[in-house]
Amino acid sequence: MLELGTHEPVPVAVDEPAGPALLEVKGLHAWYGESHVLHGVDLRVREGETVCLLGRNGAGKTTTLRAILGIVGRRQGGVSFDGRDLTRMPLHGPARVGLGYVPEHRGIFAGLTVAENLMLPPKGAEGGMSVDEIHALFPNLKERRTSPGTKLSGGEQQMLAIARILRTGPKMILLDEPTEGLAPVIVQRIAAALRQLKARGLTVLVVEQNFRFARNIADRFYVMEGGVVVDAFGAQEVEGRLDRLHELLGV
Amino acid sequence: MTTVFGVPLQALLGQVLLGLINGSFYAMLSLGLAVIFGLLRVINFAHGAQYMLGAFVAWFLLEQLGIGYWWALLIAPLVVAALAVVIERAALSKLYGLDPLYGLLFTFGLALVIEGLFRWQFGAAGQPYATPDELVGAKNLGFMVLPIYRGFVVVASLAICLAVWLLIERTKFGAYLRAATEDRTLVQVFGVNVPRLLTLTYALGAGLAALAGVLAAPVYQVSPLMGSNLIIIVFAVVVVGGMGSIGGAILTGYALGVLEGLTKVFYPPASSIVIFVVMAVVLLVRPAGLFGREG
Repeated sequence: MLELGTHEPVPVAVDEPAGPALLEVKGLHAWYGESHVLHGVDLRVREGETVCLLGRNGAGKTTTLRAILGIVGRRQGGVSFDGRDLTRMPLHGPARVGLGYVPEHRGIFAGLTVAENLMLPPKGAEGGMSVDEIHALFPNLKERRTSPGTKLSGGEQQMLAIARILRTGPKMILLDEPTEGLAPVIVQRIAAALRQLKARGLTVLVVEQNFRFARNIADRFYVMEGGVVVDAFGAQEVEGRLDRLHELLGV
Repeated sequence: MTTVFGVPLQALLGQVLLGLINGSFYAMLSLGLAVIFGLLRVINFAHGAQYMLGAFVAWFLLEQLGIGYWWALLIAPLVVAALAVVIERAALSKLYGLDPLYGLLFTFGLALVIEGLFRWQFGAAGQPYATPDELVGAKNLGFMVLPIYRGFVVVASLAICLAVWLLIERTKFGAYLRAATEDRTLVQVFGVNVPRLLTLTYALGAGLAALAGVLAAPVYQVSPLMGSNLIIIVFAVVVVGGMGSIGGAILTGYALGVLEGLTKVFYPPASSIVIFVVMAVVLLVRPAGLFGREG
């Protein structure tokens, strides 16, 4: 049994469902300047899955997403997506092979209208939701399309951040704290939208502090602590682990 | 005779128009500087040299190859923009991660080298560049006799500024540029080749300077120092308008040109410093510039 607090967190070998991974992260280390933030992260996400990264503040969840994409000072280890080595790509490479990103704090551009924000990311190879489909999924965006992006409410900004990636037709999206600072009714709407996307076969890796929300949408969970993955389990195992999760997440 | 504050209306209107002509150059040059600074965070001290290069390319095309003004308006900006691509790829791009001072020092040094080479080759004296045949002559406006070419400069600069503004505010390229000005990394993570966007933006700014240089060739002499004489004023214009504000750079360029013209009417000795006085006041009262975002 892993002891927390007094010892360095150590990575665990976990049982995972078999099958080919769409995203595979192996022994990923990352640094911001001199500080070593990730200490060998391992995780796999299969096609069509929604996988959630849990963990306390500072556990390395956001950095894991950023390191997958290459937005860190330095990284080491393996990241492969759809059979391609992401570590050999320039920063604009992953999006072009179908890996979308919805950043923490949404990343809505203040100098662009809602419509310009929506149309900004270049389309990938094929597919992608049409603007009509996006407006059907998030009707607020249609009414507000000529407003400056940052005049939207927090919930609308989150919808816009997700919508602009869906328009590009990604195979998978990395979603960083989609419910941060949002009212419960908005969180429910985001959850409903994510379930709808899952039904369409979209693969999602989501970082989340809100465990109730995560429980609602995820097929599998990883728990991070001190820059490594310390636990992994499926949605059906959540019930039996609640005590341990409370301890790990401080919820 | 009609007078305004004791000044004949004719003299007043005449100086306003002359101010507008100078303002045309201030606007075009500060626009290029603002576009470059907004995205690259580089204060392009080579801007004056690029303006001078535009004028010299036009002069060279005419003297050596017999290619006239109208083609020069197209060719000179392309030549200078191509040169800017080389400069940005080979040198400037290596300095992006560093303190902005390095970019400033590099472009300043580059301007000195380019101007030095041209002084060595052509001397400090100016080369005349003939006004194109279609625009020779003058028109009596009643309050002044306006050389047709100077009127053309005002109209052309307005059209150029409007075109650049539309490019930035209304096109996809412009949306990339505005978004990358806010968060370059995120735009690149979305799949946009941001390094190439930076190169194109630097080339656009340099090409604009060269275009202004071609327009200036028949008005001023084509000389190696024509850019360094002008660029100091243009920097003051950019500071007043607010670094990185496109519309602000354009409006401030024309406005300060006119203000300079008016000063020539009311108190001529102050006309060469009035822009710098305005700059000092703006820096004290509103350091981000009249149109710049605070913070």
